[in-house]
Amino acid sequence: MAQFQLPKNSRYTEGKSWPKPANSNHVQEFRIYRWNPDDGAKPKIDTYYVDRDDCGPMVLDALIWIKNNVDPTLTFRRSCREGICGSCAMNIMGENTLACTLGIDDCKADSVKIYPLPHTPVLKDLVPDLTTFFAQHASIEPWLKTETPQPEKEWRQTPEERSKLDGLYECILCACCSTSCPSYWWNGERFLGPAALLQAYRWLIDSRDEGTGERLDNLHDPFRLYRCHTIMNCANTCPKGLNPAKAIAEIKKMMVARTI
Amino acid sequence: MADNRMSMRTPLSRVQGLGASGHGVEHWWLQRLTAIANIPLIIAFVLIVAALAGSSYDEAIALISHPLIAIILALAVLSVCLHMRLGMQVIIEDYVHDTGPRLAALIANNFYAAVVAIACLYAILKVSLGRILV
Repeated sequence: MAQFQLPKNSRYTEGKSWPKPANSNHVQEFRIYRWNPDDGAKPKIDTYYVDRDDCGPMVLDALIWIKNNVDPTLTFRRSCREGICGSCAMNIMGENTLACTLGIDDCKADSVKIYPLPHTPVLKDLVPDLTTFFAQHASIEPWLKTETPQPEKEWRQTPEERSKLDGLYECILCACCSTSCPSYWWNGERFLGPAALLQAYRWLIDSRDEGTGERLDNLHDPFRLYRCHTIMNCANTCPKGLNPAKAIAEIKKMMVARTI
Repeated sequence: MADNRMSMRTPLSRVQGLGASGHGVEHWWLQRLTAIANIPLIIAFVLIVAALAGSSYDEAIALISHPLIAIILALAVLSVCLHMRLGMQVIIEDYVHDTGPRLAALIANNFYAAVVAIACLYAILKVSLGRILV
């Protein structure tokens, strides 16, 4: 059966409460998931207090502040701190999003709760193993496929044809959508998930691509594509405001269009 | 999701698995088709059942014996049973992951839909043709 509960050794317990910053009257509490593969202990939730007067406005700023000032062992991915690299995707206040683009004030919480992306194997603390996720992206062959001899200059496209890529090319592969999708939780090895399918559609709809039929063949499968039941968590959670569910629906329409 | 440290196959090989089966669009299309068919057929079915309320046995037999009513009922049974089988199959595929139970559930699902459909069709035919054949 699908797993509805975490295995016993993955259920978290209460962790350490770290000291509050001294001489601060603007303190925000954070409850953060901790797990270290090396100590053999169960995951736990640590409590941290951040001095808001000394810290930037975003959740990522708070994580960096904690790492610098309280607990250097707190582990998370981050790079660009402006919502374009997709590294700091995590589950904040129950919703997958980028820590760098979510304001601490926007959490509107006495205690901001931060967990790794759901249903992913955790490597350490807030760092999930996204190997399968990226392999799924590779499996849709995210590059221009052509047979016509290469033109002397670029492959040309009208502005209308180019506009079809809007809302698709912006995807940064942060994995927020796929890891919010129940279908992906239950069948993550066989269902490609919203992110990979949105990327697949980005190439299916590209007027310059000559591999459309081959791409559709590669998706024509009850699991790879049709596990999507339009639950819409993907569109709800996407930190870039994209709509993977719509892209998947368009792929399903293309599948029908070539049979009737 | 699978733990990548439990196997030495490459991630891409695991994701590609046995390849795309080349199935799915018929299932998806038929599920939508039967969903559309179900709308008028179920409304008609409810109206027929409502019309039967309080009627005597002979009146009920007479109504169901009417060719139009019998055909609507038969169509409703076929469409609903097909839709039920397709929908239940998706639910089983979603949630039942162990091969044994999964196969058993898929087989039972097919058998169940077939038995329900045939039993209903048999009843409709017996009621509507009963007078002619006896």
